[in-house]
Amino acid sequence: MMRDVLRGLREVWPMLMAYAPIAALWGAVAAGQGFSPLESVLVSAVVYSGAAQFVAVDLVKAGTPLSLLVFTIATVGLRHVLMSASVSRHIAHFPKLKASILMFWLTDEAWALLERRALTERLTPAYFVGAAVPLWVTWGSFTAVGAVVGNRLGDGAAIGLDFAFAALFIAVLAGFWKGSRTGAILLTSALVACVAKLFIPGAWYILAGGVAGMAVAVMIAEREKAT
Amino acid sequence: MSALALDPYLLIAIVLMGCATYATRLSGYLLLRNARIEGRLKAALDAVPPAILTAVIAPAVLMQGWPERIAGAITLAVALLRAPFLVTIGAGVVSVVVLRHLIM
Repeated sequence: MMRDVLRGLREVWPMLMAYAPIAALWGAVAAGQGFSPLESVLVSAVVYSGAAQFVAVDLVKAGTPLSLLVFTIATVGLRHVLMSASVSRHIAHFPKLKASILMFWLTDEAWALLERRALTERLTPAYFVGAAVPLWVTWGSFTAVGAVVGNRLGDGAAIGLDFAFAALFIAVLAGFWKGSRTGAILLTSALVACVAKLFIPGAWYILAGGVAGMAVAVMIAEREKAT
Repeated sequence: MSALALDPYLLIAIVLMGCATYATRLSGYLLLRNARIEGRLKAALDAVPPAILTAVIAPAVLMQGWPERIAGAITLAVALLRAPFLVTIGAGVVSVVVLRHLIM
């Protein structure tokens, strides 16, 4: 069991380095908006979503009503519904309670690692813990660093850390290549995501591109069934 | 202000926001855990990883500039050569740093 935890950890560590500067930046931004260090760490530990937290800090500051706040945060996280649905097939053999708790740590990056591992092996709860929980610990601790000492880590982009997320996703993506069918899905998702990014503010481009790619996949499957 | 200050309104907001993100992460699992997955649903779910992975990164890779576009292509090429996972990520990070220096 410990072996699977370590295997997860071994695959996730580059992402820990990529999480740290963003968490520190968030801690510093939150401090600038009047959050105490305890408050900013609690947000990171409980809300645990970079995209949602940067949106939330502005909304909270503006005194947004709680109902609208919760609604907005949920819309930012809608992509996770699809990730959760997709990964559910690979963790159906986990005990229900255990799986339900583990889903708390299903960030984009943890999900990508899980999907990749599931291509070749049966997922175990230990691997899930090893790949996902260190991200959470890093996220929370570097939020504290940023909140207390400010954003002294500097801009991760200077050493390419911002690109680590894209590189991870590309690395995982390559494992899903199954010929021209996949090509049609990728082209559609990329095109729709880029167009949506240009015209719709916020994180809707992920959902738009994802759903468009899924729609193409369903159309291809229907056509293949018909012939 | 104390490092441990905790505003009650904010605490409620944090808990509710946490419930919102957790709900999005839990819902897909609870909905499909016992579902029979076939036909259109299977085709759609099979497409989630490639479609969502692409949608997340497409703007960051394709719309920022040439360093990111070229680094994205290099990363993909390395990944398709079945290089170890860490090598692929390293290739992406190193190539984007080099290309940003060269092109900017």
